[in-house]
Amino acid sequence: MDILLAIWNSIPEDIQTLLVIILKIVAIVVPIMLSVAYLTLAERKVIGYVQVRIGPNRVGPRGLLQPIADGIKLVFKEVIVPSRANRFLFLVAPLLALAPALAAWAVMPFDDGMVLADINAGLLYILALTSLSVYGIIIAGWASNSKYALLGALRSAAQVVAYEIAMGFALVVVLMAAGSLNLGDIVRAQEGSLIHWFWLPLLPMFVVYFLSGVAETNRAPFDVAEGESEIVAGFHVEYSGMAFALFFLAEYANMILIAALTSVMFLGGWLSPFQGTFLESTFAWVPGIAWLLGKMAVFLFLFLWFRATFPRYRYDQIMRLGWKVFIPLTIVWILVTGVAILGELGPWFD
Amino acid sequence: MSIEPVLFYIFSAVLVTAAALVVVVRNPVHAALFLILAFFTSAAIWLLLEAEFLAIVLVLVYVGAVMVLFLFVVMMLDINLTPLREGFIRYLPVGVAVAVIVLLEMAVVVGPGNFGLEQMPAPPRHGADYSNTEELGAILYTVYAYPFEIAAVILLVAIVAAITLTMRRRPQAKYQNPAEQVLVRRDDRVRMVKMEAEKGENKEQ
Repeated sequence: MDILLAIWNSIPEDIQTLLVIILKIVAIVVPIMLSVAYLTLAERKVIGYVQVRIGPNRVGPRGLLQPIADGIKLVFKEVIVPSRANRFLFLVAPLLALAPALAAWAVMPFDDGMVLADINAGLLYILALTSLSVYGIIIAGWASNSKYALLGALRSAAQVVAYEIAMGFALVVVLMAAGSLNLGDIVRAQEGSLIHWFWLPLLPMFVVYFLSGVAETNRAPFDVAEGESEIVAGFHVEYSGMAFALFFLAEYANMILIAALTSVMFLGGWLSPFQGTFLESTFAWVPGIAWLLGKMAVFLFLFLWFRATFPRYRYDQIMRLGWKVFIPLTIVWILVTGVAILGELGPWFD
Repeated sequence: MSIEPVLFYIFSAVLVTAAALVVVVRNPVHAALFLILAFFTSAAIWLLLEAEFLAIVLVLVYVGAVMVLFLFVVMMLDINLTPLREGFIRYLPVGVAVAVIVLLEMAVVVGPGNFGLEQMPAPPRHGADYSNTEELGAILYTVYAYPFEIAAVILLVAIVAAITLTMRRRPQAKYQNPAEQVLVRRDDRVRMVKMEAEKGENKEQ
């Protein structure tokens, strides 16, 4: 132990900081990747039970090793680059899809003070990074040199740009209510009890944000970018093997990210739901991160439930919902929140 | 040596290379992608200046929104590159002249007369609790409140103008009325008819 400490102290201070940051990044990314793997299994199981099937149950006890089997299978598949495709962009696109989904976790507060980068402009950083995820899709669609892929990319770009505006405005309302761009401060502003959380005063924004999140991640019922029935699989029709798997990693990492963000913005992040009630001391032993994970699990289940329940939206209806319903609603709610803050409406804005 | 100058020179090298490639590469999609890289690296340089609001907004607005639409358009164009390269020699003198004039103008404006070390000393380092976003907000909504509002109105006028320019009435086009679609009831569409069962010839028995 002393030897290890001596080695550690002999490292220059800058390198020490760098090593600590890298370790923290690993501690965030590895659990996310594992959750992505098991979210795919959860999805197949949940949809299976919704459709009165059992779902995967062959690999490992109760099918628990299925994601690992899937992963191994995909690693050993050949990555085929279509003829006359742009080879570099074709291979870079899946990475571009995955990177923003992982980078956004840098500012996510898992518990009070438990955050990799506690920056003041956290909300802006999140907005900027979620707006980048569309590049993976556009570049994949274009570099594939395929009509279906390009059509999927164009659909996706138009859809993501539309819903991003609604998401941005919904977050503007959150920042008005919290008075801060720092995600930790946003959670602290919701302290009090279940009704102090922003879901109640900002209920329309809560709904708009989560539904826009579903649209932004190209999940059912807004998954026209894939549209298996019309454009076979949309932007990733030409992809195979690990390149294909990276798009799925990105999609599920984005789902987990949206679930975490919705929990932090509207459901009080790491705060206990029993705060301010007689049960508060009974549940005081539960760490904050457990509450956050629980809230995320609820939203992730909603993602899967939506997919199993709703038929795909028609494209013009998606556009109408984004531009003509969600965006006006968010603008109106900015005014409503402004008036509520001026009037010091309790218990949220006093 | 601290790590900041190293980062600055790396980002600057990438920025200058990317900016040059925007002009040089032949494929317009590649040019747009290099422009995105240029935006990214300049955002990183702004971050080194502790201007995190500007840096993130540059990525959010230009990379996240403007360039997406740009790529959207460029990808759909089927640009034949050969005619574009015709007449390179013919236009060369004009191009060189314009380039020289722009270069001279930039040298006058950003040269040492205006941006030398005396006029623009290295900005002081701020503590960890300094928030560039807050500072900008405070100054925009107090000292520069009127210019800010005027800029907002000008943008609004531009939006209205753009919408008016593209709006046209097409009487033959059929639109759906979503409210009507939602409010429709079964009785509006289906009529239940009671009929006597037909008595056909019973061939089998």
